[in-house]
Amino acid sequence: MKLKHLESALQDVEAFASPKVKLEQYPTQPHVAAQMLYTMHNSFGDIEGKAVGDLGCGCAVLSIGAALLGSAYNVGFDIDTDALKIAAANAAEFECDIDFVHCDVVEALGLAANAQPPLHIQMAALSTNDSSSPAASSSNGLPLLVRPKSLDTVIMNPPFGTKNNAGIDMTFLHAGVLLARTAVWSLHKTSTRKHIAKKAAEWGTTMEVVAELRFDIPAMYKFHKEKSVDVAVDLIRLDCTRAPSR
Amino acid sequence: MRLLTHNLLQCHVKGCSTNNYPLRVEATNVVHKEADFNPEFITHMLQKIEWNALRTTASALGVAELPEILPLSMEGQEELLKQIHLVLMETHIMDGKLVCPGCSHEYLVTHGVGNMLLIEDEV
Repeated sequence: MKLKHLESALQDVEAFASPKVKLEQYPTQPHVAAQMLYTMHNSFGDIEGKAVGDLGCGCAVLSIGAALLGSAYNVGFDIDTDALKIAAANAAEFECDIDFVHCDVVEALGLAANAQPPLHIQMAALSTNDSSSPAASSSNGLPLLVRPKSLDTVIMNPPFGTKNNAGIDMTFLHAGVLLARTAVWSLHKTSTRKHIAKKAAEWGTTMEVVAELRFDIPAMYKFHKEKSVDVAVDLIRLDCTRAPSR
Repeated sequence: MRLLTHNLLQCHVKGCSTNNYPLRVEATNVVHKEADFNPEFITHMLQKIEWNALRTTASALGVAELPEILPLSMEGQEELLKQIHLVLMETHIMDGKLVCPGCSHEYLVTHGVGNMLLIEDEV
């Protein structure tokens, strides 16, 4: 599939009917989603034939794009049941088999507590579990909803943490690292690049800034004073192949 | 929710960290939907699937009787791979409950979407 075809297909994906500020629901623009997926697919081989998870999938534009590019399995996670309804309708419309799980990504990956041990300690704890009982919980006792390292690629357009939820973007990214065997793809404000690189290294992954984008965030909410705002955003890839695994 | 997804999920109620997997399926509606057969992908996923969980779930739902032990190599195991494909990729839990074997917490599945969200005192 050509890039322009992917982009035009993704333009038909329905977006949030009534976006929720607190969840930072901004739809991923079709041209951004298409560029992002095309790069993952063509330059890195992270889509075709892969098991792909979408954290905070919203209306599932990224999952649908991945499915159109030939992913073998898709699962999307989101906390908002209204978004998931639209996502399921979108997936049906595109005849894509995508499973949706209604959950809180932060809590479901055992990352809810502020005082959590570093990832390598959690992973070490996981690796001591015998295979008949899959990693039941992180070492701080917080149970995990999804078995770690069960997917190949994790994609996300996470909340940026600008609405009294600072740091949530990093938590999403961390959750991605827990789940992905190969790579995590995400979008982050360019201003946070250094911080992300440092965290990525702590998690045993290598960060690559694959592209610099401009996000045109249209005025969707009452607190938006201008028609639209341009935000500098990095498309990043975390190589997880050397991250500690079970 | 396909059985592949079911195979990845475990109970995450606070304090429930033993015997929390696999979630028992009490389905009121299971449907079969054909999907493209990709033997390479199935072979690849076998490294990550909890085989016993898959086998017992498939059997309990009456979908397939999978062998207790997998052959060392999947080379030439076309029929078995097709059977696993049917279980993993074509069997959808549409409505019902996923019940934790340890703490008995029930997660509802409605229209194929599993509600794994916990209420505050369960986190």
